[in-house]
Amino acid sequence: MVTGILLIYGTEDFPRWGDPSQPASVHVSPRYIEKTVEETAVPNIVTAVLADYRGYDTMFETTVIFTAGIVVMMLLRRPKKW
Amino acid sequence: MVKNVEDVVIQMLCRMLIPLMQVFSLYVFAHGHSSPGGGFQGGCIMAAAFIIMVIAYDLNEAKRRFKEKALVVFCCLGVFIYAGTGWLCLLLGSNFLDYSFLSKIIPTDPIKARYYGMAMIELGVEITVMAIMLSIFLDLVTSGEHEKALEE
Repeated sequence: MVTGILLIYGTEDFPRWGDPSQPASVHVSPRYIEKTVEETAVPNIVTAVLADYRGYDTMFETTVIFTAGIVVMMLLRRPKKW
Repeated sequence: MVKNVEDVVIQMLCRMLIPLMQVFSLYVFAHGHSSPGGGFQGGCIMAAAFIIMVIAYDLNEAKRRFKEKALVVFCCLGVFIYAGTGWLCLLLGSNFLDYSFLSKIIPTDPIKARYYGMAMIELGVEITVMAIMLSIFLDLVTSGEHEKALEE
């Protein structure tokens, strides 16, 4: 209850929704929007950020999926003679 | 464990639907550069095509077309393609996953090479996601006892 009230109080300081001058949209986003096509020749900014600027992150996302699949195999598969 | 229930309507529908889904998956993967889509989504659609095959026909039919060992190989192959692309960039003298140096082996300019580098890693993501989704589904549907499910 107290935490909830504190969180609601905290939202008072948030930037307004869709505010173009909020910190999240003035840091690196304009650079991506302006430079993506000339730097990577990819029209889709989401793909460019996912695969190029944040390629290392996406690689380990793939590794996480891979690890999850291997763990499911280890947990669920049983050999013929148990 | 998984019985073969013959149903002409469902089987004919799936016979038309499965190739369509596979082609659509490749479209989503290939058009990830210019429209919403990419490796993760394409891989999921491709896995869904095989899951529909398991539902419409039976487990043996699907496993006859996609071997268990091939599935594990594909899981590893996708991550290998992704990391291999990164290492290829490293070997060509740039940073890890800096695709512009791929223009040394692909006959394009460095900016277009980034485009093809992204296509390569998306291919890796697609293969891994497809194989892992299918592998998890098959493990759950047979409770891990693949051999027993095949015998029945």
